Amino acid sequence: MAINVDIQPAVPVVNDDTKDAVVIDSLTKIFKKSRPLLRWHKKNAGQKEEKREVRAVDNVTITIKRREIVGILGSNGSGKSTLIRILSTLLIPDSGHVSIFGYDVVKNDRTVQRLINRVSVEASFFKKLSPMENLIYAARLYNMPGDEARLEIRRILGRLGIKPDRIGAPLENMSRGMQQKVAIARAFLTAPIVLLLDEPTTGLDPRSKNDVQTFVRELRDEHDATILITTHDMDEAEALCDRVAIIDQGRIVALGDALALKRAVTGIMGRSEMVTMHEVFMHYTAAHLITETDIERYGSWEKAFEAFEAQREDDEE
Amino acid sequence: MSSLMHQGRATYAFFERNWNLTRRYWGWELVWLVYNIVNAMSVTYIGLSAQLITGVKINTNFFILYLLIGTAVWSYLSVTFDGVTDIINMERWEGTIEYTFMAPISRFTHMIGSCMYAVVHGLLFTILQLLIVGVFFHIDLSHANFVTAIVILLLGSISFIGFGIATAVLPLLYTEKGMQMSFIVRAVILLVSGVYYPVEALPQWMHPIAYASPATYVIEGLRAALMRNQPIWSPEILSYIWPLLLTGIISIPVGIYIFGIAERYAKKTGKLKRNG
Repeated sequence: MAINVDIQPAVPVVNDDTKDAVVIDSLTKIFKKSRPLLRWHKKNAGQKEEKREVRAVDNVTITIKRREIVGILGSNGSGKSTLIRILSTLLIPDSGHVSIFGYDVVKNDRTVQRLINRVSVEASFFKKLSPMENLIYAARLYNMPGDEARLEIRRILGRLGIKPDRIGAPLENMSRGMQQKVAIARAFLTAPIVLLLDEPTTGLDPRSKNDVQTFVRELRDEHDATILITTHDMDEAEALCDRVAIIDQGRIVALGDALALKRAVTGIMGRSEMVTMHEVFMHYTAAHLITETDIERYGSWEKAFEAFEAQREDDEE
Repeated sequence: MSSLMHQGRATYAFFERNWNLTRRYWGWELVWLVYNIVNAMSVTYIGLSAQLITGVKINTNFFILYLLIGTAVWSYLSVTFDGVTDIINMERWEGTIEYTFMAPISRFTHMIGSCMYAVVHGLLFTILQLLIVGVFFHIDLSHANFVTAIVILLLGSISFIGFGIATAVLPLLYTEKGMQMSFIVRAVILLVSGVYYPVEALPQWMHPIAYASPATYVIEGLRAALMRNQPIWSPEILSYIWPLLLTGIISIPVGIYIFGIAERYAKKTGKLKRNG
């Protein structure tokens, strides 16, 4: 199913097939916690200064090709959403560069905004308004005429399983899952060529998850969209993504197609059967990257993992 | 041309969205209207009872109209100002701020679309309030020049939009208390602009602040229009028009410039993220 939305940008956006879709180069974003008004202790000032800094994204480099679906896996607070926000022009990085089809997200933010859309984990809407009112508002911001937008909205919402009688009723009366579907419809409506999905299926039932995944694939296959998706769902990452990046404490610690990552970890763990994506994730986000030497030293991957986790807890105390 | 069409559509998007929100929150609109009417009546009763309080014979009708114009203008400016600062407040509350800020539109379009609705909403709200309170106090408007009054109100709105845009920076940067901080700006304008008393009653050091406030000229202009039937081309009205034009021309670009700096700061520090 094609999503045919003709958006006419003010300045023709050069959507060069030969260019990489998303180029992230040495990207770093540090957040500083606010200082307390009164400081009683001045000891270890340097150490405290460091603790006030949160390195949300730490020297990340990745290139995503046109029509590629790349999954970002990471624990809570690992920097996934910060990365998505930088790509969405909502955050300005401290260092490094991000370009989307050659347009810098900071210098050419308006051009980038025409190329992208985003779905976040929270379905952010005017809850008293209906799905139609919310989506018409979004469509007009992206230069869609009202009549055309209304037809598209009905079609996409129908495709996502939202009944026609719900389209005009306030969103506050809908379940979280239904609201999330409307959020997904909002992103699809503007036919982005780069779609940023930040845990889009969190809270959805299995059937709805399936609908969304099918829709994402169709968007790529028929609209040539490039998709960056963050998720906690390992099955989803494996089923949907051409490549998977695992991010831990702001750094990309593994990148490759799911099968290659599984093979690599299976080898490290010395298993005869292929490990799961869950085990791949646990391996790369362990307190300390477990090597074959560690496995030899502790007797097994699991024992090494437990030992390093215990050590991390001690360090944190 | 395509760009103009896009910005036009986006401007209408904000207008339409705010109208839809007003429709959906009609109960709140009613409560706010009753609150403003009660407030206006409370102040206007001071005029009605001035003779009783002082024991001195005064022109009660004149005093009532003087105060009533103050309450109406204040209500209009408050509703308009709220509408403008709500550009951020409401989006923070609903959690939609990031989606609006990542839309491919200029901040000027964003602000103008929201402000246009604020002006229309404020005008309708105030006319309704004035009609209801006017009937209650049997106001004599035989000396009123309504054309002058509307021109002054609209010109005043331009200035207030600029002030409102600059004030919208507060909820953008201070997530929890920004909205309350914007009340301070309103309170200062109320104090210095001669809403319920002549500016001359203020201490001398406050006069420069009073003459920097566009509300001062709006209120004086409206009193001249509604109480003394002054036409637009009269020297008195012209003396209020040019400061309003000047503050309008200066305050909107300055407001948008300040907002732009604040937006960049918010994007650097991650302040767009937090909702509620």
